[in-house]
Amino acid sequence: MSQATLSFSRARHGLAPWARIAGLTVCALLTLGPVVWTVSTSLRTPAEAFDLPPQLIPSDPSAEAYRGVFDQIDVWLLALNSTLVTGLIAVGQMITAGLAGYAFARLEFRFKKPLFALVLATMMVPLQVTIVPVFLVLKSMSLTDTLLGLIIPAFPTAFGTFLMRQYFLGMPKDLGEAAMLDGAGPWRTFRSVYAPLAAPGLAIVGVLAFNYHWNEFFRPLILETSGHNYTLPLGLVSLQGNLGTGSISVVLAGVVLSMIPAVAVFAVGQRPLREGITSAGVNR
Amino acid sequence: MTNTQTPPARTERPKAPPAPQAPRLSARDRGTRLLATLFLAPTIVGIVVFTVVPIVGSVVLSLFHWNVIDPPRFAGGSNYGAVFGDETVLVSFRNTLVFMVFAVALQLLVALALALTLNGRMPVWLRSVFRSAFFFPLVLSAASISVVMKYLFNQDFGVVNWLLGFVGIAPVPWLTSENAAMTTVVLVYVWQQFGFSFLLFVGGLNNIPKEIHEAAALDGATGLRKHLTVTLPLLSPTLLVASVVGIINALQVFEQPYVLTNGGPGDSTRTVVMVIYETAFEQLRFGEASAVGVLLFVLIMAVTALQFRLSRRFVHYQ
Repeated sequence: MSQATLSFSRARHGLAPWARIAGLTVCALLTLGPVVWTVSTSLRTPAEAFDLPPQLIPSDPSAEAYRGVFDQIDVWLLALNSTLVTGLIAVGQMITAGLAGYAFARLEFRFKKPLFALVLATMMVPLQVTIVPVFLVLKSMSLTDTLLGLIIPAFPTAFGTFLMRQYFLGMPKDLGEAAMLDGAGPWRTFRSVYAPLAAPGLAIVGVLAFNYHWNEFFRPLILETSGHNYTLPLGLVSLQGNLGTGSISVVLAGVVLSMIPAVAVFAVGQRPLREGITSAGVNR
Repeated sequence: MTNTQTPPARTERPKAPPAPQAPRLSARDRGTRLLATLFLAPTIVGIVVFTVVPIVGSVVLSLFHWNVIDPPRFAGGSNYGAVFGDETVLVSFRNTLVFMVFAVALQLLVALALALTLNGRMPVWLRSVFRSAFFFPLVLSAASISVVMKYLFNQDFGVVNWLLGFVGIAPVPWLTSENAAMTTVVLVYVWQQFGFSFLLFVGGLNNIPKEIHEAAALDGATGLRKHLTVTLPLLSPTLLVASVVGIINALQVFEQPYVLTNGGPGDSTRTVVMVIYETAFEQLRFGEASAVGVLLFVLIMAVTALQFRLSRRFVHYQ
């Protein structure tokens, strides 16, 4: 068929390459635009913050707004809180998910299937549905309004466990069998053979945990009632509450400050993050 | 991937007696069990204490009147009655469903269009620049992004209206009119969230073997038709995951309406989770808040179950 050859050449080009790239560029600008605007506005003096058209590069860059943030909220304390909470959760999740994932992938024990089903099922339960009882459980442990109250409930991770199980299942079984034949017990086999190989998978769990909990708002909003236990997102929104007296560039400077670690993780951990998200969609 | 890995059949030594009545565990097997118990304990205990018990707790609490100060009083179904009689709660459910439909549809459409466009031929570096750009908002916090968007969508001095001015559109009261507010919440949410579905689609498209497209092209399938008849069916498992995750997330929307509009104007952007938060932690009506939570849970389960049912007809596995 002559038509077939004709359409073959069209199918490969569907849309002209320049049109595709132009369209993607416009979308990328829309995606990044608000972030660029935030950074540039935070560098303007409060008086010029509302200028339209917004200048991309401030004519007279000023760090005044950043000083304002430090004056209004205790940035160091909030950053320390956020770092402690996020760091401990990330490390905790790497440990719990690594261990549980290994058990589900490579160990034999009773009730394995129902326990794994239980873990998977909890992925479906929204946090908001359980928040009132969780709050009461933490209250009974005197953990409300403490950083520990944010950290401990976040240690178990259903998604991380699932991910690590897949990760360990993907490793060759012969390695462990060889170690066993050499007389290694189950613990030695895990410790010296499989655990070291799991590092990239654990990195995925850690980066995902960092990203999620650094930005977390709902749980801290409910659990942390006194200002000295606030994390950065709470501090930011409280900055905005002072808008009547304060200025837009101060709020945006606060946003930029809180973005820095997230952006750093994006730069360094982009690949593990992407793999973590993508693996939610494939290999199910 | 297979579900369970049976342990390697251990070959018995020839002189070993035939297995006795009760198979005794070898030292190694006992070691394995002990190890499994230790390895699973943190996860299972944590899940039981902070998810399973709270789910049961929510259901129980929803049957009581309780404000933390006075002792709880059994309420029977009256919390549910109160919830169904409460205009604000009903509106919040309607808002949440409306939000879910538009947010998920828009998010999937944008993500799919971008993933398909990106899948075409272009330099590798350019592809990774675009991919990073689309996925970047995901790493930012929804709360702080909403703070930023509040300025961008300001009616008088916001950049959005200023840009629209160029195409001759009069300033829109994005955040202050009942009609526009929900649209704004959807736009802000989708702006931040579409990267998630986008990454799922990029992964799904990578999993489609190249030969299938080549064969389809040889059979005369072109541009759009190729996508409709070849790509989409092959991508349908990913589409299912993206829509299930998208819907579950959308039904829990909180930060964007809380920061952008605080539920207003009126109740036009008040969502179910906002109502749970306000009822429990501002008004200290824990029983009613739990009742709303249980209803949200039922709604999420129902929608997800419906989706899996419908998907049986549309999802194709290779």
